[in-house]
Amino acid sequence: MIDCVSIEVTVNGRLRAFAVAPHHTLLEVLRDDLELTGTKECCLVGECGSCTVSLDGRIVDSCLVLAVEADGGEVTTVEGLAQDGHLSLLQQAFLDKGAAQCGFCIPGQLMAARALLELSPHPTIAEVQDGLAGNLCRCAGYQQISEAVLAAAEAADR
Amino acid sequence: MSANGIGASPARVGGIGRVTGSQQYVADIRLQEVLHVKLVTLDCARARIVSIDTSAALQVPGVRLVMTPGELPQPVPRFGPQFGDRPVLAVGETKYHGEPVAAVAAETKDAAEEAARLVRVEHEELPAIFSIAAALYPEAVLVQDPALRPDDPLAGTNVLREHHFGWGDVDAVAASADLVVENTCTFPMVTHFAIEPHGFMAAPDGDGIAVWSTIQHPNWLQKIIAGILGLPLAKVRIFAPDPGGGFGGKQHAKLEPLVAFMALATGRPCRLVLTLDETFQAVRRSSTEVRVRAGFRSDGTLVFRDVEANYLVGAYADIADRTVSKGGYASSGPYRVPAVRIVARSILSHTTPSTAFRGFGNPQPIWAVESNMDEAAHALGIDPLELRLRNLARRGEAFNPGDTPADGDWEQTVRRAAELIGWGSPLPPGRGRGIAVGMKSGPTTGLSYSTVRLLADGSVIVYAGTSDMGQGARTVFAQIAAQELGAPIEWITVVMGDTAVVPYDQQTSASRSTVLMGNAVLRACRDIQAKLRAMAARLHGVDEAQIGVERGVVCLRGREIPILDVLKPGLGRLGGELIGNGEMRRDAEPDHPLGGRAAFYEFNCTAIEAEVDGETGDITLLRHVTVSDVGKALNPLQARGQDEGAAIQGLGHTLMEHYIYDEVGRIRNLGAIDYRIPTSLDLPLELVSETVENEDGPGPYGSKGMSEGSLLSVAPAVAAAVRDATGVVIRDLPLTPERVWRALLDRPTS
Repeated sequence: MIDCVSIEVTVNGRLRAFAVAPHHTLLEVLRDDLELTGTKECCLVGECGSCTVSLDGRIVDSCLVLAVEADGGEVTTVEGLAQDGHLSLLQQAFLDKGAAQCGFCIPGQLMAARALLELSPHPTIAEVQDGLAGNLCRCAGYQQISEAVLAAAEAADR
Repeated sequence: MSANGIGASPARVGGIGRVTGSQQYVADIRLQEVLHVKLVTLDCARARIVSIDTSAALQVPGVRLVMTPGELPQPVPRFGPQFGDRPVLAVGETKYHGEPVAAVAAETKDAAEEAARLVRVEHEELPAIFSIAAALYPEAVLVQDPALRPDDPLAGTNVLREHHFGWGDVDAVAASADLVVENTCTFPMVTHFAIEPHGFMAAPDGDGIAVWSTIQHPNWLQKIIAGILGLPLAKVRIFAPDPGGGFGGKQHAKLEPLVAFMALATGRPCRLVLTLDETFQAVRRSSTEVRVRAGFRSDGTLVFRDVEANYLVGAYADIADRTVSKGGYASSGPYRVPAVRIVARSILSHTTPSTAFRGFGNPQPIWAVESNMDEAAHALGIDPLELRLRNLARRGEAFNPGDTPADGDWEQTVRRAAELIGWGSPLPPGRGRGIAVGMKSGPTTGLSYSTVRLLADGSVIVYAGTSDMGQGARTVFAQIAAQELGAPIEWITVVMGDTAVVPYDQQTSASRSTVLMGNAVLRACRDIQAKLRAMAARLHGVDEAQIGVERGVVCLRGREIPILDVLKPGLGRLGGELIGNGEMRRDAEPDHPLGGRAAFYEFNCTAIEAEVDGETGDITLLRHVTVSDVGKALNPLQARGQDEGAAIQGLGHTLMEHYIYDEVGRIRNLGAIDYRIPTSLDLPLELVSETVENEDGPGPYGSKGMSEGSLLSVAPAVAAAVRDATGVVIRDLPLTPERVWRALLDRPTS
C-alpha cells in the first residue's frame, strides 16, 4: 500500500486536514475525499477546463495539480461562489443569459470567468473569449457565456 | 404572453443547480460500498483472444472480481437497439480498438486500474477493415459472423443493410436534362465529445436491480436490462440524471449490461465512469462517401437526382443503420424533384460502433447534395440562392411522395438568411459567401406519457420521461404547465429520470421532446382543466359546458376566477390534488419506407461570409447566419442556445474534427489534446441566429422540433464561401488549413 501524506488545505474558506495518496490529484481529492463534486472531470490532460478551480488566487486545472502541491494553500471551487445562499453576480448572469445548457462545463467556466474579471473588471468580448478559451463547451453556448460575463462585469459597477 | 409562460424566457428550471455545482450528474452520485470498475482492452482493433489470465490481477489487494466472458451466461448475451449484435464482452475476438475484453471491480479506483493492467490477454492480431473500399472488396474478411445474421441475404458481405428509396424513373428522364452534375463528397468520423464522459452504475435492489446511467433513453435501457437479465420491467429501476450533454451519443445502452452483471456477481454496487479517451472509443458518427448525380434544365429546374450514400458504420450496429436509412431517405432534400433514386448502405468495419449524432445521418448527404447544387449553379450560371429558391418545395407541396408535405414557409427562411448575410452585395477581394439549406425528417413514431399533479396550494408537479441534456426540456414543460394551470414557474417541479416514478417515454431524440412530450404534458394539463370544470360546475351549480378553463383561470358566466379559488373549495377539507394524464402517440405505419411519416421537418438555412488566408489556408468566418423554422419558440433564449450550439458544433466537423486511424485500426488522436473541437476562439466573428415562427407545427402552440437544424448545412455553406472567395472546390471534410492550403497550391493558374 502507498503511504498517505497529511495535508492541510483551506477549501472555500474552511480549513480541512486529511491524508492523501501522493499520486492523487487535487481534482480527485476534491471530488472523492471531500465530496465536492461541483468540480467536473473530463479530459484529465488539462485541455477541457471542466476541473478549473482557484488555488492561491490563480486558476488551475485541478487534474494537473497533485493534492500534495495544494498543502497549505487556499482553494476555491464552484461551491464557494454563492455566499449565504445568494448567487454571485456571475452565477446570476449565467442564469439570466441562458449560459448554462447541459451545465457540465459551467463550474469551470464560472471559475475561469471569475479569475478573468478579477484581472480585468471591464473586459471586451474578445478578452472574454480569450480568457475562456481553455474551457470547452460542447453545447457551444459560447455566445451566451460571453454575454453573461459581460453582464456580470456591468452589474458589478452598479 | 405571461412572464413565465409560452414565448417568455424564464430562468432555466434546474439552472441554479447548474451554476452552483449542486446538480448531480451520474459520476457525482456516491453509492455506499461501491466497487470501482476498470475495463481491460487491447491496443489494436481486431485480435483473436487466445486466453485471459486473471491470476495476477486477482492478487491485487482490494480486487473483488475480474469479469471475463467465461464468467457471463453462455452464450455471452448480446444486445442493441436494432440488431442485438453487441456482446457484453468481446467474444472470441475483438472487433474494434477499445472493445472491452474483461473488467475488474475493486474497492478503489487505484486497485481497479492496477489490476486491469495485470490482466494478461494472450491474443493474435488479425487483418481488419477500416475503410469503405476495404469493406466492399470481394475477398474482404467479414466483420460479423454470418451466424449472427440468419436469413439475411447480405450476411456473406460487410453490407449490413442496403436501403433503396425514390420515385419516378431516373433513367427515363435523364435524357431530358440539359446538364448533369456529378460529385462525390466525403465526411469524416467524428465523435460527440460530450464534456461529461459516459458513466454507469448498477446495484442489486431487493429482488431486482437499479442502474444509473448517462443515458438519453431510460425506458429503452430498462427494456434492454430486463431482457438481458430475465427480469420483469418493474424490477429494473433506471436512474437517469440529466446528462452532461448527449448529442445522440448517449441514446442507447453501451456498458450498462456489463456493469449490471458485475453488480449481481459481487452483490455490491459497481461504478464505471469512462475516461474521455474511452468515450471516444465508445461512440462516433458514421463517416461517409456520398456520390450525387443530378440533372437540371438550363433554367435550373431539377430533373432528377441519383444518390449513392455509403456509410461506414462500426463493428456493431447500435442505431447506426437507422441513421443511414433516415439520412439516405431524406437526401433528395427539401426540393421538388420529379425523379429520385437513392441507395444508402450501412457498411460494417472494425471501428468504433457509430451511432446517432445530432442530425442523425443527414449532415453527410446534405454536404454532398448541397455541394452538388452549388456545382450546378456555377455550371448553369445561375445564382446559388436563386437555384435553390427555384426548386424549393412550397408549403403543402408533396415534395416527397407518400410523406408529410412541406410543413413550413421554407422560402421565407431562405430569403431571411440571404437578407441577413447581405446576399448579392459587393464584397472586398478575398472574401466569399455561401448559402445552403438543410432539412431533416423529424420523428416517424413516438409515444410519450405525462402525469401532472395540481397540488392543493396550486403548485404543480410534472412527470416527464424526457432527458434534459441541455436542450431545456424541464423549462419548456414547466412553461406549458404555467401557461395552462396558472402557477408561477417557481411553483412547478419537473420530475424526470427515474423509471420507477416517471411514466414511459419512448426516447429523447430527433428534436422530439417539445412536440411529443410537450403535447403529452399539455394534454395532462387539459385533463386537469376538465376536472376543474367539473369542480366549478358542482360548486357553482352551473352546467359544465358553460365553464371554460384557460391560461390559469376558470371562466364562469363571464367572470374569470383564479384556478386556486375553484381548487381549494373543490378539494375540500381533506385537501388532496387533481391528477391529469396525457398521452401523445404516433403509431408506426408499416407500409412507409421509414415506418412512419415525419411528425415535422426541421428546416434551416445557413449562410456564411468567409475570408481565406492564402498563406496558411486558414478560414476566417466573418459572419455566420442561421435561420431555423421552429414553428413557435416556446422559450426564445433556449431556442437561441440550441440553434447557436448546433451551428458551432457543425463548424467542428466542417473545419477541424476527425478521427485519425493508424494501419492497425488504432485511433491516434484519442482525447482532448489531439482531437480539437471549437473553443471560444473558433467562433465566427459574428454569429446571427434567427427563427421563423408561423405557429404551423404539430407541437404545443404551433411549435416544431429545432435542436439539430442549424448543424445540417454548415459544411456546404462554408465550402461554398471558400469557393466563392478563392475558386477552389474541396469535397472532403474537414476543411483544415492544410487541406485548404494544398487546394490553393493545386489551383490551376489562369
